[in-house]
Amino acid sequence: MKIHEYQGKEILRQFGVPTPRGAACFSVDEAVSAAQALGGTVWVVKAQIHAGGRGKGGGVKVARSLEEVRLAAEQILGMHLVTHQTGQEGQLVRRLLVEEGAQIIREFYLGMVIDRDAQRVALLASSEGGMEIEEVALHSPEKIHTLRIDPVAGMSAEEAAQVARRIGIPEASVAGTVVVLQGLYRAFVEKEAMLAEINPLVLTADGRVLALDAKFNFDSNALFRHSEIVALRDLDEEDPAEIEASKFDLSYISLEGDIACLVNGAGLAMATMDIIKLYGGNPANFLDVGGGASREKVTEAFKLMLKNPGLKAILVNIFGGIMKCDVIAEGIVAAVREVHLRVPLVVRLEGTNVELGKKILAESGLPIISASDMADAAEKAVAAARGN
Amino acid sequence: MTQGMTGKVGQFHTANCIAYANGSNCFVAGVTPNKGGQSFEGVPIYNSVLEAKQQTGATVSVIYVPPAYAAAAIDEAVDADLDLVICITEGIPVHDMLRTRYRMSRKVMATFSESNGAPAKDRTSGCRTLLIGPNCPGLITPDELKIGIMPGHIHKKGRIGVVSRSGTLTYEAVGQLTALGLGQSSCVGIGGDPINGLKHLDVLRLFNDDPETDAVIMVGEIGGSDEEACARWIKENMSKPVVGFIAGVTAPPGKRMGHAGAIISGGQGGADDKLAVMEECGIHITRNPAEMGRVMKKVLKG
Repeated sequence: MKIHEYQGKEILRQFGVPTPRGAACFSVDEAVSAAQALGGTVWVVKAQIHAGGRGKGGGVKVARSLEEVRLAAEQILGMHLVTHQTGQEGQLVRRLLVEEGAQIIREFYLGMVIDRDAQRVALLASSEGGMEIEEVALHSPEKIHTLRIDPVAGMSAEEAAQVARRIGIPEASVAGTVVVLQGLYRAFVEKEAMLAEINPLVLTADGRVLALDAKFNFDSNALFRHSEIVALRDLDEEDPAEIEASKFDLSYISLEGDIACLVNGAGLAMATMDIIKLYGGNPANFLDVGGGASREKVTEAFKLMLKNPGLKAILVNIFGGIMKCDVIAEGIVAAVREVHLRVPLVVRLEGTNVELGKKILAESGLPIISASDMADAAEKAVAAARGN
Repeated sequence: MTQGMTGKVGQFHTANCIAYANGSNCFVAGVTPNKGGQSFEGVPIYNSVLEAKQQTGATVSVIYVPPAYAAAAIDEAVDADLDLVICITEGIPVHDMLRTRYRMSRKVMATFSESNGAPAKDRTSGCRTLLIGPNCPGLITPDELKIGIMPGHIHKKGRIGVVSRSGTLTYEAVGQLTALGLGQSSCVGIGGDPINGLKHLDVLRLFNDDPETDAVIMVGEIGGSDEEACARWIKENMSKPVVGFIAGVTAPPGKRMGHAGAIISGGQGGADDKLAVMEECGIHITRNPAEMGRVMKKVLKG
């Protein structure tokens, strides 16, 4: 689960990490009064959306008067901000962060991740602030310093100081950086994040180190014990289809294509998308109905897939194990009768009670195209989508 | 033994496992705190793993405990020095698994002195207890023993090993093999979570040493770099042919595809990169999930 920058900074401050002073704003007037309350002569007006790359898309502006704050807020609020992470339509900006300006001398990168190979939390630090860490990893991997952290001992001040010096923090500011590093680590562990980034971390003219940005991604499996994080969820930033799916415990992700697929199991669902592509089609979604798909769940899944206006065909691929094919076949028949099926439907059933399942589909009298295996199913779905 | 045997899921699958091949001789205990003294399908229930081990001699456990308590259940099995723990539970918080794996890596220090230097087994943690999963279908040796949630009847006894991060995609591979008359020696689901026990490499190593296995199907998916590490090991060490498939060629970056571990992050973990490394290392890859069985048949014919 992702949150906004201003929410991330609030969490960082709770763990002692200094950030510029600022306020979240939902209107132009709020932005101007926030700037007034902050005082000073320079402010930064920042679009709050979950995607990165906001600066390049025109979502971050420096203002040197209250009038400029108003102008910037007017421009950014309500814009469809397009970044490399939003897609072409962009993301509607509904919230702003207005902050005091900082006199920046140097920028650095800090990231906290789960290192799968070492099975540890790892800190990534680099002198190349403001750049995407993926770019740095590609072009100058020697500039990334990694510290794997012992979960019992935590991050020691000595380790943190060493990292600070390695990325080029001047001696006078090392102590301040240690506070930032240890705070970031504690926030990451205590809030059970999968990713936490401060990019950039800045060194100011007066020697302070500040988190100029904050990005968090939390483990959705741990949210049951973090109501304070769940409270930060902004549904406006999420795909409505994915929100709808999560209500019915369906794992759904929208894609660009026109052949929807309904599958049991995450691996098989991915493989089904792959085989559609392999046979010349384009998957419209990832959809895993899970191990115990009831008739209600299957019906909801069909409704979800049919919401896509550009849909050309549906492929159902079920390998029945615990889930019996006859039960899923009954679910499909009931779902098709309930929803208005306007596109061809290809069904491939395999596994437990497969013959019974196929019989139920055949005897339903519904226009269901039956497939013998995965390849046959993909071929038929692609042909059906092309109108053949 | 089954940890979490009094729950609906634990009961359902334990009954199925008992009914499969030698299951009735192998499932000897259940564990649920505060329910010791009860029984299920004639199998006695104990309050703790240690008690179940001491009373029955069980050396392996399978876990169906709910996600919030599953990591603690693994810890308990590790503390009782079991040989093998198979955790089926899906949705365990990652930070819980980080702590559990860390405990396993510390455990080796303790047990070396206490248990006459019994050899460490787990390659990553060094712990003497092997962990399979979490978030996995389990382990089956067809016609002998099933420990997990896979449908037993799609399997056929034979000489092909199968290892996979996904449940139903494993069934797909097994189904294709069985349809072509190719039986399986053992099928291992290592699970779809980012922090887990045995990796592809560990299972391939076991298959390489297994006299009952002639060849292996390795099914991977996007995320992490386990498949790459395994491919490099195969190139240097594996004496048996390996057929490989990676799910998620069409997965968009940054999105979690059902499995917590299935995410392409920071430009790493993509399916095409994994397939390229695997091919380079001499694995017979296929990009078509419907062809895993046929490719294996072709490879075996030479």
